[in-house]
Amino acid sequence: MSGLGTIYRKEIRENLRDRRSLFNSVLLGPILFPILFIGLGYFAASKQQERAEQVLEVPVVGAEYAPNLVAFLAQQGVLVQPAPEDPESLVRSQQVPVIIRIPEYYPEQWKQGKPAVVEIIADPSRRESETPIRRVRSLLLAYGAQIGQLRLQLRGVSPSIRTAIMVKDVDLSTPQSRGMLVMIMLPYVLMITAFTGGMHLAIDSTAGEKERKSLEPLLINPVPRWQIMLGKMSATATFSFASLVLTLLSFRFAFPLLPTGALGVDLNLGAMAIGGILLAVAPVVVLAAAMLTTLAALAKSLREAQSYMGLVFMIPMIPSIIFMVNPVTPVTWMMSIPMFSQNLLIGEFVRGESVPLLWLSLSMGSTLLIGLAFAAIAATLFNRPRIVFSS
Amino acid sequence: MIKVTNLHKSFGEIKAVRGISFEVHDGEITGLLGPNGAGKTTTLRMLYSLLPPDEGEIRIDGLDPGKDAMAIKRTLGVVPDNRGLYTRLTARENIAYYGTLHGMSRAEIDSRIEALVETLDMSDFIERRTEGFSQGQRVKVAIARAMVHQPQTVIMDEPSNGLDVMSTRALRRYILGLKAAGHSVVLSTHIMQEVVALCDRIIIIAKGKIVANGTAEELLQQSSCDSLEDAFVHLIGTEEGLLA
Repeated sequence: MSGLGTIYRKEIRENLRDRRSLFNSVLLGPILFPILFIGLGYFAASKQQERAEQVLEVPVVGAEYAPNLVAFLAQQGVLVQPAPEDPESLVRSQQVPVIIRIPEYYPEQWKQGKPAVVEIIADPSRRESETPIRRVRSLLLAYGAQIGQLRLQLRGVSPSIRTAIMVKDVDLSTPQSRGMLVMIMLPYVLMITAFTGGMHLAIDSTAGEKERKSLEPLLINPVPRWQIMLGKMSATATFSFASLVLTLLSFRFAFPLLPTGALGVDLNLGAMAIGGILLAVAPVVVLAAAMLTTLAALAKSLREAQSYMGLVFMIPMIPSIIFMVNPVTPVTWMMSIPMFSQNLLIGEFVRGESVPLLWLSLSMGSTLLIGLAFAAIAATLFNRPRIVFSS
Repeated sequence: MIKVTNLHKSFGEIKAVRGISFEVHDGEITGLLGPNGAGKTTTLRMLYSLLPPDEGEIRIDGLDPGKDAMAIKRTLGVVPDNRGLYTRLTARENIAYYGTLHGMSRAEIDSRIEALVETLDMSDFIERRTEGFSQGQRVKVAIARAMVHQPQTVIMDEPSNGLDVMSTRALRRYILGLKAAGHSVVLSTHIMQEVVALCDRIIIIAKGKIVANGTAEELLQQSSCDSLEDAFVHLIGTEEGLLA
């Protein structure tokens, strides 16, 4: 096995001297992703706040039919604008997010004590008009509720009689579990990192070795070919794992910088969570190294190997995206699905839940099994003359 | 000591080697001479057990590459056609890597590299990364790498390819030194002068078969030609691939 160790140490040393390789595993994941997170977090938070605090300017059509309502709106800080010619086209062309229209039959309905109709003209499918619409709606409902109460009181009825049931929220989410952005993105980023961290080394040590024409001389040494392959795979896995550790650590330091107050989120990556995540993702690193090495060894040149890597990216993405689009409650059987189970487990760890040992071992075992199967295939690849002499 | 009997190797439809038999003795330099594509490299690849032969037998110091590949690899020093150095490692690291793969200790490797630096005159560039090395420097590193474990049998595939006159002379001196030290040396080449300058025994290969085998004098007699170059052309029946 000393051959394996020699191969391993040489690949590590050689790739530590390679700027491109270092950039891929050290810079890309561990530095870029947290910066991206913080940036996005601030952007989202500030946008939300901006819209909530902005002075609401709302054109009102038919203001003369409901002077009291308009006065109420003004009292609440709404800048009531004069009525436009064609409200619908104004909203459609996105010049105004929301317009209130009071129909001419409003005074009549009002006098008869029937529910008087007030229209909100808006396009809710535009995400940026979501906040103004919500604010206008809640103001109108507040006015309606206020008048309703007054009417009941005038008739000598207690307003509380209208409130047949009262809904009260008992909030069980911990501050951690509200970190939605992080919760969804972190597993995705970590799974990608498990693949990108060792990608360059995998290509360099197989397809690169072929392209430099150093594979043939290497194979003449008295080291079994499976040991050569395993040495290369171990080096790839090491780079991936190192990249994961760095990414987690940099997230740990990045989390306090996130605008948590604004998002209502208080997440932190404690030593326990980091340890748990590393344990859960470690088998993915093995699987990734075996897959990357297999694919890269099948390629005839560096260029061909690189073109395969786009495909490899899809593998960790698919389970993460399924989880993003359709968040599920973790159930035991799901833990046997490689790559998907890690998404669930990372979520549990970051949320600060205690993870059942059965889940962890099921996830690790199933992923490791597939990883080792791939590694076994890869280990035999250099026995094929077509792969050794293909360039 | 190498003994090859009736070697065959095909790649799909192409029959690269069709029944080759020869012997290589210790303390002798044997040249495989032939035009490009004659089957020299394929024959050598079978010798150093990188390719299994379809048919035939190989014995190197009595060992069978099919059964004792690891043992044979320990006794062989190979400078293949593909030099393939690691450009991000220094010349010393390149050589030491192979020494470690042969299971040598740190101290053994260091003293061995010192000796090789001396014989091959590598002191100027031994600590430099091999990125941007000249052909001559690269061949020297490749030879040192192949010789680090002091193999008994040395196989070189086109060793002087791309070398300038000075490097070629140094290389020839080194190969003659190996012979004097009792190693058996096999080299393939398509360069006439190299054969004349070095080889005790010449094996001429064309189209996967041996067309002549003997000393330079025997080849001259056999072909009744005055010069070895004429003899070569006469024996392979074409001037194709010949380089004076």
